Amino acid sequence: MIPATFDYIRAGSVDEAVAALVEHGDEAKLLAGGHSLLPLMKLRLAAPEVIIDLGRVDDLRGVRDGGEHLAIGAMTTHDAVIKDPLVQEHCGVLADVTRTVGDAQVRHRGTIGGAIAHGDAASDLPPLLLALDGTVVVQGPDGRRNIRAADLFVDYLETSIREDEVLVEVRVPKLVGQWGWHYEKFGRVAQAWAIVGSCALIKGSNGTIEDARVGLTHMGTTPLRASATEATLRGASTDAIAAAAEQAAEGTSPPSDLNATPEFREHLARVLTRRALTAAAG
Amino acid sequence: MTALDTPPTALNVGRTRLRKEDARLVTGRTQWTDNLQLNGMLHVALVRSPMAHARVTNVDVSAALEQPGVVAAFTGADLVSNWEGGLPCAWPVTEDMAAPVHLPLATDEVRHVGDAVAVVVARSKYQAADAIEHVLVDYDPLPVVTDMEAALADGADLADTSLSSNRSYTWQKIDGDIDAAFDGAAHVTTRRFIQQRLIPLAIETRSVVCEPPTHSREYTLWSATQVPHILRLMLALTCGVPEHELRVVAPDVGGGFGSKLNVYAEEAICLVLARHLGVPVKWTESRSEGFLSTIHGRDQIQDLSIAFDADNRIKGLKVELMANMGAYLQLVTPGVPILGAFMFNAIYKMDALSFTCHGVFTNKTPTDAYRGAGRPEATFGIERLIDEAAHELGVEPFELRERNWIKHEEFPYDTVAGITYDSGNYEAATAKAKELFDYDGLRAEQARRREADDPVQLGIGISTFTEMCGLAPSRVLGSLSYGAGGWEHASVRMLPTGKVEVITGTSPHGQGHVTAWSQIAADQLGVDYEDVEVRHGDTAVAHKGMDTYGSRSLVVGGYAVVSACDKVVAKARKVAAHLLEASEDDLEFDRGTFSVKGSPDATTTIQDVALAVFAAHDYPEDMEPSLDSDATVDPENFSYPHGTHLCAVEVDTETGHVHLRSYVAVDDIGKVINPQIVEGQVHGGLAQGIAQALFEEAVYDADGNLTTGSIIDYYAPSAADLPTFVTDRTETPATTNPLGVKGVGEAGTIASTPAVINAVVDALRPMGVNDVRMPASPRNVWEAMRSARDASATGRSELGAREGGAA
Repeated sequence: MIPATFDYIRAGSVDEAVAALVEHGDEAKLLAGGHSLLPLMKLRLAAPEVIIDLGRVDDLRGVRDGGEHLAIGAMTTHDAVIKDPLVQEHCGVLADVTRTVGDAQVRHRGTIGGAIAHGDAASDLPPLLLALDGTVVVQGPDGRRNIRAADLFVDYLETSIREDEVLVEVRVPKLVGQWGWHYEKFGRVAQAWAIVGSCALIKGSNGTIEDARVGLTHMGTTPLRASATEATLRGASTDAIAAAAEQAAEGTSPPSDLNATPEFREHLARVLTRRALTAAAG
Repeated sequence: MTALDTPPTALNVGRTRLRKEDARLVTGRTQWTDNLQLNGMLHVALVRSPMAHARVTNVDVSAALEQPGVVAAFTGADLVSNWEGGLPCAWPVTEDMAAPVHLPLATDEVRHVGDAVAVVVARSKYQAADAIEHVLVDYDPLPVVTDMEAALADGADLADTSLSSNRSYTWQKIDGDIDAAFDGAAHVTTRRFIQQRLIPLAIETRSVVCEPPTHSREYTLWSATQVPHILRLMLALTCGVPEHELRVVAPDVGGGFGSKLNVYAEEAICLVLARHLGVPVKWTESRSEGFLSTIHGRDQIQDLSIAFDADNRIKGLKVELMANMGAYLQLVTPGVPILGAFMFNAIYKMDALSFTCHGVFTNKTPTDAYRGAGRPEATFGIERLIDEAAHELGVEPFELRERNWIKHEEFPYDTVAGITYDSGNYEAATAKAKELFDYDGLRAEQARRREADDPVQLGIGISTFTEMCGLAPSRVLGSLSYGAGGWEHASVRMLPTGKVEVITGTSPHGQGHVTAWSQIAADQLGVDYEDVEVRHGDTAVAHKGMDTYGSRSLVVGGYAVVSACDKVVAKARKVAAHLLEASEDDLEFDRGTFSVKGSPDATTTIQDVALAVFAAHDYPEDMEPSLDSDATVDPENFSYPHGTHLCAVEVDTETGHVHLRSYVAVDDIGKVINPQIVEGQVHGGLAQGIAQALFEEAVYDADGNLTTGSIIDYYAPSAADLPTFVTDRTETPATTNPLGVKGVGEAGTIASTPAVINAVVDALRPMGVNDVRMPASPRNVWEAMRSARDASATGRSELGAREGGAA
């Protein structure tokens, strides 16, 4: 459990981090909370030659009211997100899902930006960002650009963030109106990645669903949405939840591992989506 | 326990004393082997095979030697002349047992992923870790053997090309007339159970430091081991270092569970490197490395049949095991499964028992003793089988157990397997467990949930276990071809100031012997608990011992402490009589004070006697001026803890998730020295047994790669995954040691696995489920439900076909 030798650069600002990325190219890796990168390095599954530490870039911490959205600094820890009053008031689902990430130590070191930039389909926050139609802001040598969540996750542990770009901000919409939500995270032990997760958000009143969002964890090489289920529910009554949940696995291509076959994952996605939607409609 | 139960002289035994060890351990002021820093010390890293089975055609360390900080590098061939034979297996269970030569560094063939082929020595552990990537090894792949049944088939590929078959041994023991038992049976239940392979997870990984002779001819080897005494003997034999020139120290050791009950390649390699290089060397295992190079546990296929008469009494039991040895035989690998020959009959009376075990080689990490070692496997087999039989016979599982278990008035009881259970009371433990569990209330809730077709079903699991521990007497171990005895040694020294040193041959690695032995010695000698120090784990201090494993330490080692203390008191009595000018027969000894009957003022204390003996100005002519005493005890029998464990689970039939709702453990471990230590052992034991039932499995792919290669993939439960355990005890003292104690180190692990799986199967029984493969993960539970549904659909359609398609 000793990583291969690497050089260490402590970035004092985003500009410094970008400059270091430009200089070192694909030999470099950004270090945020380190809870995905460092284990991979210790197992020697990753051996970057240069580590660029964002830990002292203070501008990247904290939550800002952006009007219709909340802008969350990429280096904001999970624990800070959970406790943030703006998050609790305007996007409670983010606090609730973040509460299920890792364990207390991970949540105090791990960051929202790191978790999203890692692009792990088994991770809790990427499918939520997708379901919320969130956005990330990245900064490269040519300045900043926004990437919609729908365009962010490309393949297994691969995002559309370029090698010379730093994820600086995560934007989630304020939830306006009668939203309910629930995240069903299914695993074998209290603290582990989800075998399958389903995060449902429902906006509606008097038993009628105006909008429905379902983010699926660990159902493909990227985080996914249960689009067929969402489409069936928009404008429908909550009585339609059970039938709509049966479509939850449509369009997914879940992986096979020791914990589940693809078939079992599809089954779980249907059950968990039904439960999440039912609780969200509560 | 109430105060009234405790004899007035017992100020310590039977009472919770906070552990003397803990303040140091929990604040990290410890001496783990890896904390040792010696002048000039070098660091060792091993090059391990990434292939499960291959011929090694070339090993080239020259590039590694060029790396920064590298001092030396050796191939297996470079070191081969150092070994006086291979690593030891001390348990040749049959005369014709096949035992491949197990060199610490492989030379021409690797037999499991992780088998070491070269070693690099560098100035820092980081440099050593980097440099091993520059050792070039050419492997020529050989066929890989992973499946035990395939391994035993005619013409099977060989896991080891030096052997003629993959069978290490077949060991058989038949007690009673097994054919008669089955021929006349009214009912026979037959099942196959799989004991999955497990990885022991001691919190401290293995670590070795070896220092070559400095001021004497003596090598000092520190190791995170459970067995410093056995290690000293075996390393002396393996490496050709004379035994009297090798000191082995087990400093603070962070758990073992059997995984440190061994003689490992790295221990031999560090000794040889220190000898060769003339400087101290250190090797510390990473967790993932340990997954490959430290022994695994369990891994059996159990084929079981049990025969009943018309009154549901057990007539006979047939046990046929395939036991996976892995690629090599480690210290006691072959002996672990054959302990089942004495344990499959468990608490039950029967006329005949047939036990056959085939030891099988595969290209996997060797197995060996893991908490319970042979008894968890047997207990699982019989307790699952009894539940299955009860289902088939249509009787309540408790009723079937009660009908067949040994009644308390029948002890001592000679079992069908030919050993004698000295004491027990299964009725009392069961009654207490049922009451604490609310057995009847939970059965009623189960019925309601079944009636309502609740997606979450309730299951109740029973385990009425016993086990044999404190592996002794030596004669019996000899009859089983075990390479050593089961005795234990203790020395007690009275210092001039009245303080006491107890030297024990047991080697605690978390058990709290320092506390418990202090309690025993304080009461035996009548001195203050704080005035006793216990020394252990260093062959230069505790020269003689058989170490710690198999729940033996208290029943054998504690007994030795009592014996040595008794000798001290006997000597002190003689001196006291001399000093008080009284007859020994007229002396009373109570809480450290000798007094003359009828002369209340004529007293002296054991501390005063110790000082008088130190001065040696005036002592009896027929004795030496010393109270110090040694004792080596060899108990007349094993100890047989037992108990009744009850488990309630909620199984989500939509997801296969098993939630442990409640767990009651009533253990009978005889007399208790320190209730809090017992509680800790039971809790940890339960967690480890539940881990086998629900969470853990070492999985290999067909190429012999360990798929669960890190703690990320190997699901060890945390406290958050376990319920609040309800624990209680009944107390039926052992009759074979003066303390009346039985072992408790493994009881929880042995008992809990079948309790949990019986509960899971019980929850799903209405769906036609008769077994769930361990671990009962959501996937395995879901697949058990699905195959039961498929079987019942097939059954219905077959029935329909026979009835002309009317179904």
